[in-house]
Amino acid sequence: MEKHQLICIVCPMGCHLEVTKENSEYNVTGNKCPRGEKYGVKELTNPTRVVTTTVKIKDGLLNRLPVKTKEAIPKEKLFDCMKFIDSIEVKSPVCVGDIIAKDILGTGVDLVAARSM
Amino acid sequence: MLKYDIVVVGGGPAGLAAAIEAKKNGVDNILVIERDRELGGILQQCIHNGFGLHVFKEELTGPEYAEKFIVELKEMGIEYKLDTMVLEIGEERVISAINTEDGFMSIKAGAIILSMGCRERTRGAISIPGYRPAGVFTAGTAQRFVNMEGYMVGKKVVILGSGDIGLIMARRMTLEGAQVLAVAELMPFSGGLTRNIVQCLEDYDIPLYLSHTLMEIKGKDRVEGVVIAEVDKNRKPIKGTEKYYDCDTLLLSVGLIPENEISKNAGIKLDPITSGPIVNESMETSIEGVFACGNVVHVHDLVDFVTAESKRAGKNAARYIKKEIKCEGKIAKTEPGDGIRYIVPHMVRPENVDGTLDLSMRVDNVYKDMNMIVKLNGKEIKRMKKKHLAPGEMESVKIKKEDLVFKEDTVITVHLEKEEA
Repeated sequence: MEKHQLICIVCPMGCHLEVTKENSEYNVTGNKCPRGEKYGVKELTNPTRVVTTTVKIKDGLLNRLPVKTKEAIPKEKLFDCMKFIDSIEVKSPVCVGDIIAKDILGTGVDLVAARSM
Repeated sequence: MLKYDIVVVGGGPAGLAAAIEAKKNGVDNILVIERDRELGGILQQCIHNGFGLHVFKEELTGPEYAEKFIVELKEMGIEYKLDTMVLEIGEERVISAINTEDGFMSIKAGAIILSMGCRERTRGAISIPGYRPAGVFTAGTAQRFVNMEGYMVGKKVVILGSGDIGLIMARRMTLEGAQVLAVAELMPFSGGLTRNIVQCLEDYDIPLYLSHTLMEIKGKDRVEGVVIAEVDKNRKPIKGTEKYYDCDTLLLSVGLIPENEISKNAGIKLDPITSGPIVNESMETSIEGVFACGNVVHVHDLVDFVTAESKRAGKNAARYIKKEIKCEGKIAKTEPGDGIRYIVPHMVRPENVDGTLDLSMRVDNVYKDMNMIVKLNGKEIKRMKKKHLAPGEMESVKIKKEDLVFKEDTVITVHLEKEEA
């Protein structure tokens, strides 16, 4: 039996999880909500993160426009994703939720604007 | 002289929520004064996600969270002034403010809501000796440069302090291609949320050194390196434990202080522990008709909690305008007991409590398996089991109105007790 101590990062509660693996069955304890259980299993099988960063914007109030991946992407693609986002430049006006780039690196996840500018 | 029913000082998350809630409670004539060039406050530079889980049940970035409130405020037709500085709150709730368009203004307010937020402690606040080379930033300043202005602040970074902004900047700098060599924390525990240690440091293999402090900054024109050393239990550096880091940037994340210069000058009583105004259940300060909410009262770790508290301030300011707040009657004090550093609000008038009384507090150390006990005049009225408590994570307690039976000199205490095995 495998035992893992994790801290849930789904919400700021930061539940202390214990995930045990027995015959490829995962069992999560210590979570205060169902999302914690999902996170515990996912973190050990396919860890993912939402990327939040900025892109260059022209004619905006600021020099950078905050963006985020609409869903979480696999953790190992974080830096490739950042590199790709680095090449993007948008022009004002942009509305919150606008798609800035579709299907980043074949993850099926879109990059969207995190504010209007 | 301009006249408004309610003037809100500060257009960040606290001010926005308070103004909107006041309007929803029937006050029309509201003005929000913001010194920055746009509304939203510090949320605009907090581009990471994790905001709004309590309020919107979804995970938003700071700008997204702010925009929801800004849009609502504008749709409601609430007036606001940008690039405007409040200089002073005088007698009879007359506010002096200034900007380049209107010049100097005197504004008479029926009620005032203070929502100026907080500011970062700087190098001077923690007395780091030595030269003043370029490359020393507070974490929040670096965040603004990187996330809004588009300037990268350094390539090799050491972070002093493990507050949430420091942790988040450790991740941010790493993603932007910098190398974060270490995070050093004076206390034996982190000041940030546990989840941020996981997703900002552990995810990127950034070492966190607890019980460590900064000894020296090397370099005269630009930071060339820093020396970090371990401290003993009296927080004195231990000789021989010095480590040298070759770096060009030092970020400071060494705490936040509520920004209360205006409050102090207005004669509002402050709590020496929170550095914020002493408030009652309605979020009213020691000056009648002046309310306060958000990080200006005490530093919150979640904006969701700021919003909840600010709604209470906005609603009560509206009730004050409509003369619905009862000022007479019994007043209870709240008092932090063993393990608790402070409790907000400091005073409670049960007549004005709306359904439940929400107490917010912080513990003074890291605890495991404790009972949190609320007593009213020594009689236990609530007990909660807590598996894990840390100073970086705010605790809250809800007390039902019917449990608030006050006599003269009533005291509400909250303390921690070890859970019996």
